[in-house]
Amino acid sequence: MALITVDGVSRTFDVKKKVSRFRRTTITVQAVRELSFAIEAGEMVGYIGPNGAGKSTTIKMLTGILVPSAGTLRVAGHTPYAARTALARRIGVVFGQRTALWWDLPLQDSFELLRRIYRIPPSRYAANLATFTELLNLGDLLDIPVRQLSLGQRMRGDIAAALLHDPDVVYLDEPTIGLDIVSKSNLREFLRSTNRDRGVTVLLTTHDLDDIEQLCSRVMVIDFGRLIYDGPLEGLRALGESHRTLIVDLAEPSEPLRISGAETIRVEGPRQWLRFPAAASAAPLIAAVAAARPIADLAIVEPDIEDVIKQLYLRHSGP
Amino acid sequence: MVDRIAANATAYLLLARMWIRVSMSYRGSFVLLTVGQFLISGLDFVAVLIMFTNVDALGGFSLEEIAFLYGGSVLCLGFADLLLGNIERLGQRIRLGTLDAMMLRPVSVYVQICADEFALRRIGKVAQGALVFAWSVQALRINWTPARIAMVPYLLVFGTAIFLAIFTIGAAVQFWTAESTELANAFTYGGSTLAEFPMTIYPREAVKALTFVLPITFVNWYPSLFILDKPDPLHLPMGVQFAAPLAALVLCGIAAVVWRSGVRRYRSTGS
Amino acid sequence: MRATVSLWSAVAFRSFRRYSTYRAATFAGIFTNCVFGIIISFTYLAVWRQNPTAGGYDATDAVTYVWLGQAMIMTVAVWSGGATDDLATRIRTGDVGIDLYRPVSLLGWYLVSDLGRSLYHLLTRGLAPTVVGALLFDLRFPSGVLTWVAFLLSVVLAVTVSFGIRMLVSASAFWLLDDAGVKNLAAVLAMFFSGLTVPLVLFPGWTRELATALPWASYLQVPADIWLGKHPGVDALSALGFQALWTVVLLLTCHVVLLRANHKVVVQGG
Repeated sequence: MALITVDGVSRTFDVKKKVSRFRRTTITVQAVRELSFAIEAGEMVGYIGPNGAGKSTTIKMLTGILVPSAGTLRVAGHTPYAARTALARRIGVVFGQRTALWWDLPLQDSFELLRRIYRIPPSRYAANLATFTELLNLGDLLDIPVRQLSLGQRMRGDIAAALLHDPDVVYLDEPTIGLDIVSKSNLREFLRSTNRDRGVTVLLTTHDLDDIEQLCSRVMVIDFGRLIYDGPLEGLRALGESHRTLIVDLAEPSEPLRISGAETIRVEGPRQWLRFPAAASAAPLIAAVAAARPIADLAIVEPDIEDVIKQLYLRHSGP
Repeated sequence: MVDRIAANATAYLLLARMWIRVSMSYRGSFVLLTVGQFLISGLDFVAVLIMFTNVDALGGFSLEEIAFLYGGSVLCLGFADLLLGNIERLGQRIRLGTLDAMMLRPVSVYVQICADEFALRRIGKVAQGALVFAWSVQALRINWTPARIAMVPYLLVFGTAIFLAIFTIGAAVQFWTAESTELANAFTYGGSTLAEFPMTIYPREAVKALTFVLPITFVNWYPSLFILDKPDPLHLPMGVQFAAPLAALVLCGIAAVVWRSGVRRYRSTGS
Repeated sequence: MRATVSLWSAVAFRSFRRYSTYRAATFAGIFTNCVFGIIISFTYLAVWRQNPTAGGYDATDAVTYVWLGQAMIMTVAVWSGGATDDLATRIRTGDVGIDLYRPVSLLGWYLVSDLGRSLYHLLTRGLAPTVVGALLFDLRFPSGVLTWVAFLLSVVLAVTVSFGIRMLVSASAFWLLDDAGVKNLAAVLAMFFSGLTVPLVLFPGWTRELATALPWASYLQVPADIWLGKHPGVDALSALGFQALWTVVLLLTCHVVLLRANHKVVVQGG
């Protein structure tokens, strides 16, 4: 029995639009269409899609804040909108832009409050707090009111808060937004170990494709409310008409190489960039280049996943 | 059922206590604000005193008797305001997304909203009402029978309950309007202002409406008539005069229904 | 000269437009005004039943006074609000530094904005409750054209006096960290001494003389008395003169305070 099952879930919104000065009409927007997927316990899944694709609507339905227009959902044995408080004990949520912490209270006090609200046993609380304080570097921040924390610090606080009560599932909405490279890297490591060592199931919504590459073995892509891809990350790469790039440093500058099966897209002195289909092997291409000119050095760049996603969106553009 | 109420009450106290601690950490500011609340509330009574430099009675009631009505009304509204005064910020919470954060916690949303930013300084208003009430009691030389003594907590409990229900309904409306409007204020502060004066100054039809439609007269008017041993100008049957618990129950029931459907609507429309 | 006039009218119009978008709040506010208008009318009727000539008013005067009071609450921004709130916010965020460098008078800008706002409030939360009051109760209306003119002038001056005080309150944010305390105090004083909690004419003895000399008397008591015909003919001029005097005093004070604030921000970088 999967931990999270979503079956044929749809969600429409009635949006009022102004037609003229005094009249308004209502248009029906289909935010999510017949979404179906299942997530097993312990998975770390990436959930990506352009803005307005239906990601937050999905999360809201999974957490019980929003009732679906059609279809069924089950999370940790509960139907989210029917068992809000029961489910709340088993899940944790982190919003990228907003905080779930109390604005005016020091971080420590927010945690204390959560301990009582979630009825976390004192020993468990102490252990978790110690672990998170260390791994997320919260030591100096515990006495500072949340409103005085920077975005990155607040994010770390929010993540600790979401995990304090040992939830089965954690929904992370844009957790690395606004963080610098080092913080991002640390956070990713933390999420990796949390998923691996504590077995917490993670659903990660993000625009940062590096997050996906670094953390998720499985990706779901949503666009216009429809799931257009659900599978391993490697599969995603193979999907697009994406390209790999061969960067070759010739012994001497030369005019743009003309090799069949590749396109020379850039030349800078002795260095040339050749683009070829990702599915093809690089070996014949290298041989062909070497036959044409002496090579000093070369490198192969994997397809830009951003490229892949863009292709996917374009291909499926429109409802 | 009982343990759900207990759990909610515990959660409320927990949250309120945390906010009290926060305001206490700014001790000086807290004292100033509380005194400020006391004075602001007091000005309303100064207005009454000024009126009485021009007259000796209003609607057949003396200054001390009006002070008794005034004190009761302010105490009830003051308690209600203290317990859930911030509930009117619902519209703002919906807009900012804080309501969603509350819905993700295993605690009743209503309790969280009532306790959020609990403002202990509002006790200044309660104190002001209590002061006027106490003064009127010692000035009036009431004939205190056991029934009359029991009427005082009766007045405070059910009067406060009625205002709590009105505050809740007024706030729940924001689930539909999604804006923080002053609408509820007309009924809560308006109702309280109304109740500071004897019902004899208002037209009979209005008083009937205030008994059977919006039960403001049950807050302090009928209990006060009993304590002060004054006749009911409308000559309503005795049963009606003591129906405050029923009025409070009905109004609270309505408040619960309206609130629930408001939450349901929020979860069905996502806005 | 023409450029200045068109600038100022643009500022006023923009302010008017801005406040006109708060439609739901306006309706709710009108409803609240009417509810309180009704309650207070009955209270005053009870007072004047006991003492038919209290404070030199009769019952009709008193009830009319109530509805004028409700009309003036938002027009004059008795509690606070209005354009000066923007100033306080800009001081807190530091944006005011930009304003001080602009070649436009800060004081003039905010004054004209506030007048634009007050026009909107006069037309909505001033007019509507008055109509309701007239339908429900027996109100007294100004007797001649001159009285109407004098009343309207009085309202403009009332807004200006109120602006002056609110401006000073907002400007305190240049020096104080938290202007909430000052704002509260100012709102309380305004409520009481404008005659909104109880007409100034009912104040006993010397307190009445004191209250009617304070600037807050300009908010409601003075315009109301002109409306009610308590200052017939030439008398109206002395009433308007009182308001004008406070206007000048307050605006001059604002000017001085803003100069010091300018000095503080520009020279000290505070």
